[in-house]
Amino acid sequence: MSGTRIGKVTFDLHLHRFLDERGAVVKKPLPPFAEDPSELLSMYRWMVLARVFDAKAVNLQKTGQLGTYPSVLGQEAVSVAIGSVMRSDDVFLLQYREGGALFMRGVPLQALFLFWGGDERGSAEIARHGNFPVCIPIATHALHAAGAAFAFKYRGESRIAVCALGDGATSEGDFYEALNWASVFLAPVVFVISNNQWAISVPRQKQTAAPTLAQKAVAFGMPCVRVDGNDIIAVRHILGEACAAARAGKGPVLVEAETYRLGDHTTADAGSAGRYRSVEEVSAATEREPIARLRAFLTSRGMLRGEDDAEICASIEAGVEAEKDAYLRIVKDAPRQCAAMFDHLYASLPPSVARQKAEFIREKGDAP
Amino acid sequence: MTGVPETDTVVGVLKQGERTKQRVPNERTILEAVRLALARVLEEDENVLLFGEDVGVNGGVFRVTEGLQKRFGERRVFDTPLAESMLIGTAVGMAAMGLRPVVEIQFMGFCPPALDQVLCHAARLRNRTEGVLSCPLVIRMPYGGGIHAPEHHSESTEALFAHLPGIRVVVPSSPKRAYGLLLAAVRDPDPVVFLEPKREYRSFFETVEDDGIALPLDTSFVLREGDALTLVSWGAMMRETLEAARVLETSEGRSADVVDVATLGPTFDFGTILRSVEKTGRCVIVHEATLTGGFGAEIAARLADEGLTSLQAPVKRVTAYDTVMPLPRMEHLQMPTAERVLNAARHVLSF
Repeated sequence: MSGTRIGKVTFDLHLHRFLDERGAVVKKPLPPFAEDPSELLSMYRWMVLARVFDAKAVNLQKTGQLGTYPSVLGQEAVSVAIGSVMRSDDVFLLQYREGGALFMRGVPLQALFLFWGGDERGSAEIARHGNFPVCIPIATHALHAAGAAFAFKYRGESRIAVCALGDGATSEGDFYEALNWASVFLAPVVFVISNNQWAISVPRQKQTAAPTLAQKAVAFGMPCVRVDGNDIIAVRHILGEACAAARAGKGPVLVEAETYRLGDHTTADAGSAGRYRSVEEVSAATEREPIARLRAFLTSRGMLRGEDDAEICASIEAGVEAEKDAYLRIVKDAPRQCAAMFDHLYASLPPSVARQKAEFIREKGDAP
Repeated sequence: MTGVPETDTVVGVLKQGERTKQRVPNERTILEAVRLALARVLEEDENVLLFGEDVGVNGGVFRVTEGLQKRFGERRVFDTPLAESMLIGTAVGMAAMGLRPVVEIQFMGFCPPALDQVLCHAARLRNRTEGVLSCPLVIRMPYGGGIHAPEHHSESTEALFAHLPGIRVVVPSSPKRAYGLLLAAVRDPDPVVFLEPKREYRSFFETVEDDGIALPLDTSFVLREGDALTLVSWGAMMRETLEAARVLETSEGRSADVVDVATLGPTFDFGTILRSVEKTGRCVIVHEATLTGGFGAEIAARLADEGLTSLQAPVKRVTAYDTVMPLPRMEHLQMPTAERVLNAARHVLSF
């Protein structure tokens, strides 16, 4: 056999973007929502909120008032775009950097503080707003998304599932099995890879030899698309199209959103810049971050004046501070009952576990 | 919980390869009873779905699901791509969204890729959301040896699942219990690992009425009553255990309580075992899984903890040895026999 028959198959996966790194328009026409100041300012506010929450959470961890916390710094646009395109009766399956989307779906900030503060009630509150709980094992929730979407299709509902994953998740078997299931059964699910270039200390280039993550969908006969994840106009536009396709019965879509994790993996990974990645790389990436980009665009269009921006940021800061205080009050004044850890294993407490609960209460009391 | 005394009325025994011995309509094998229960739950609840590898057109490699796709349609009963983690992971998503998936893993030996989804998600979804989301799914798996199958087709790894808070492991040992317990498993609001003793799929039949009446979970069944000792087992090993009890009674005049534990895991019915041992003072536990860390160890530990003053002899376990299930030529040497159960019974009776 001639060696020429064996060669790499290549895919031309264009990176969609409307705004360049300085917020200048590089592609026209802009989608209709991008001509509407109230839409853009709303997304801007949500991104700022996600960032202010993030900074507050990191500080709470540093002062021992929150557990290990994964920062979303630099990735706010992808999450807010998800929140912008989802309907309230859709279901969201997430990894752990999705504060923006969760808040837009109605999850109170104090609930996310509570979850990262180590209290199951935070997780329950997240689930009350049409979300699965934060998935800590990597990519296992991709299968839940495929199954949830299957359930919607089975009942003839127009709901969809949206599943947020990271670049590291694309190496897991469950990711591929989920893509396969969703494609075979045309399940209405949009998989969004928030490619932040780093899986803790392992760079994107070491996760896969494939030039893009989006092209992994090709093997499953699934549509895929790449988008600049720091350009909120582009990522919202592409996700909107992907969700519309899924809702219209065309099956799943894989979206790769290129972004960058400006913070450490988690608060347990402090000082990542200079250890496994260079300070120069991180500061160069800071130049591409999504909030400054949208702010530059809004300013150039006369949609945001400096004093308005200051007012927006101040009011968000005050709102987050109030939620933080509410969280700390819950921790102090209304902690979870200790015996609650027995109460939700099964629909009803089995006698065998009830005995252990009774023993626990005898020894430790039911007080939190 | 009280054990339900029950006399098994085995009306016939089938020889190997014999599938259609003359029977009246309601006489069914375990395999047929499982199929009957599946049809029943598909009939009664539109949210019940049945899927797995080869369960559709082919009716499953053991033919358990034969005819169900034809009867309920491809929408309800369907084949899937071949991936065990996918089967359980997607079922978790479906169950959380209100469906009642009944998933078949073709052989228990192939369940390890799915263990991640059972352990990390199915078992804990209710707990981590304080009941906002739950996971009413059933994972059916044929388990155990004795059918001369290739490597990885004869495992009994129930203890891996029985260790998990949030899970129930249900193992029927007769057609009646297969029918009643499977109905209960599918109707239960929590995840159940349902292990089908494949060696016994077609080995005997008994009268099973399709009355839709479930048997209780978390409940042991007393299959035989006696006073000299307590024999405890589940699933396929009930055959060896009951055989040993019969021999003891007929040839040695010593009668045994025989307890079918039926539900393993944190919710298991220890009370029935304890009450029996308080009466007999002696206990032998029989299981097909290997010795160390097997579920028998949990029962023995509980007896040491709560029944010590009733015990008149050491608790013995008759199990597979702590080695890998051999290929078919030697599998019979690894599986507990009625003779080994008898020897253990004689040993505890000698104290």
